Amino acid sequence: MQRDGNGNAATEPSLKVAALVSVGRHPVTGRARRAEYDARAVEIGLSLAKGGDLSLVHAGASSPETEAALRGYLGMGPGAVDVLQQPEGSDVVPALESWLRAAGPRVVLCGARGETGEGSGLVPFILAERLGWSLVSGLAEIESVDRDTMTVLQALPRGQRRRLKVRLPAVVTVDAAAQPARQSAFGPAQRGELHRVASEVVPDAAAREWTVAPARKRPKRLKIVKAASARDRFKAAAAKAEGSGGQVLTGVSAQQGAEAILKLLREEGVLR
Amino acid sequence: MSEIVRRDPRTEWIARNRLHPEHEAVLAQLNGGAAVAQWMGPNGIIRRNPHAVGFIGPNGIRRIDRSGAQTAHASGSARREAAAVPSRRPVRIDTPAFIVAVMADMPGGRLSAHDRDVLGLARQLADEGGQGAVLLVSFCESREDALGEAGVDRVVNFAGESFEGYAPEQRLTALGGIERQHEPRYWLFPDSPLGGAELGRRLAARLGERPATQVWQIADGQCTGRGAAGTTDVTRKLPRIVLALPECAEPVSETVHAAAPIDPPAALPQPLRRVEDLGAVAVDPAGVALAEAEFILSAGNGIRDWDGFHQAARVLGATEGASRVAVDNGFMPRHRQVGATGTWVTARVYLAVGISGAIQHLQGIQQCDKVIAINTDPGCDMVKRADLSVIADSSEVLAALVEMVEGVRKEQRNAA
Repeated sequence: MQRDGNGNAATEPSLKVAALVSVGRHPVTGRARRAEYDARAVEIGLSLAKGGDLSLVHAGASSPETEAALRGYLGMGPGAVDVLQQPEGSDVVPALESWLRAAGPRVVLCGARGETGEGSGLVPFILAERLGWSLVSGLAEIESVDRDTMTVLQALPRGQRRRLKVRLPAVVTVDAAAQPARQSAFGPAQRGELHRVASEVVPDAAAREWTVAPARKRPKRLKIVKAASARDRFKAAAAKAEGSGGQVLTGVSAQQGAEAILKLLREEGVLR
Repeated sequence: MSEIVRRDPRTEWIARNRLHPEHEAVLAQLNGGAAVAQWMGPNGIIRRNPHAVGFIGPNGIRRIDRSGAQTAHASGSARREAAAVPSRRPVRIDTPAFIVAVMADMPGGRLSAHDRDVLGLARQLADEGGQGAVLLVSFCESREDALGEAGVDRVVNFAGESFEGYAPEQRLTALGGIERQHEPRYWLFPDSPLGGAELGRRLAARLGERPATQVWQIADGQCTGRGAAGTTDVTRKLPRIVLALPECAEPVSETVHAAAPIDPPAALPQPLRRVEDLGAVAVDPAGVALAEAEFILSAGNGIRDWDGFHQAARVLGATEGASRVAVDNGFMPRHRQVGATGTWVTARVYLAVGISGAIQHLQGIQQCDKVIAINTDPGCDMVKRADLSVIADSSEVLAALVEMVEGVRKEQRNAA
């Protein structure tokens, strides 16, 4: 199915794909790196736009550190990243919106949420709403792309998948269900270009009133026992964690046992 | 049983009078045949017989049970027992000052633990600001019969074909209808991949509000949520739209609410349908990660017929798991091991075949809903944990199970 999708994309060289990339943060060392989910989005973009019409865009402050992180994406294959110049504490949505309007891609890929800043995962939703494009979250795989629709697999909890037909242009978010990103190669990362683009700057006024602190450990939920007597409270505290009152079938034939199991499986609806 | 108290003054008088010749007999009769431990004497003083207190335990030692469970057979105790059951305080809110709307995921038509936590948070917000009402918005047929106990005052159920499956645009217009009709003071969503996270963000984008996401605490009009992939805490003024994490608040436990169904808003605009749901895709169960598999067939030391086990997993469509012994003996790969030293699983149904249930294994399956055991030893720990245990030879039961499932499938194919 993946091959079909690539074939369709190849016959239609005009499919423009854009990927929104951000600067990530390594969870252990805290260093700037390519963001995990964004890298997966770029990976999907690379397999989708074999012809080479994948453009990467980043909006944010530029510093040597962020530059090194953005070169992590360039090491995956794309030749350039557009960097929309935004100072710290500005709202990146208007700049991205005007960039997308100008570029006019058919498919916009991005990670489900950023690894720095607020990390609310709102940017794709606001962009899709303002541009009036369709939005699909939790993409697992793009199966095929036609002229104005595409068929995708959406990841559901518990490893399940759902097939969706999406009208283009579409904004698609990618999380851990998509295929992992390829390694970033050093040579292409150094050869790739960072195009600095001036863009409109809108300060994020609401975020100035927030207080941001390192994450506190969340308090563990206590088991509250509401019992009338001390004896009941003691029994609840001393009880072993085990399901009580299970049904035990002794001395039954294999058929009867299998029937009982089948009945329970049907009730739970796990048998397809 | 009649609630009218029938009194027999003569018997009571005999019971009070220790010197009456029928005293002993009447006391025994009043106490349901057992020796009486306490009675009122002729002068109104309570008399006690310590020898009659308690009962003789299995080891021949006298045990005293002060919970009242043992002496509950005494006369007139039915009423006392009924009063002892802790009942929830009923609450009715007829004219709410404002509305707190909650969109619950309700997987399978029932409230999840996450939904209950969010409803507890909604209750907290509704009670803080005066007489607020909690409005539950659901998009599936509710199979939950105790919505009121979760703290729900009103229920709006959008049923119908257009809301089924993946229909975010239709659901969003429904939420927009609620917004116009009830003008909720707060919108609460569970920040879960089951739909709450997506719909909450879509609604926020549609209304142009800035929501607080991954919120885990609300106090004094401030909310605290995780930011930057869970490494920071962002504290801000409580916005109108909140997407809350699990365990954001305690679920409602003391009151029971009306959960009155109300009609959905009448004329909803027909949205432009940009995403079409083509249905679920069959997934290879072997490819599903063990930690998130829904249905696990797990093998232990009791398995002799490994080909039969693998075939059963294939036919049932279950993900394969194993105990440590089966892995150590080389029958199953290491990444299939379930337990404290392997993978902690969250399956809805866990079918343990030939696993006796070491404590490390039982820890690993703590979060499973239903556990089925097939074992030859009725006294093992897995049988104690299981909701259904079959004491029989595992290979025979699995073979019978495979036969039945294949038979049913063949019938269905013939019928179709």
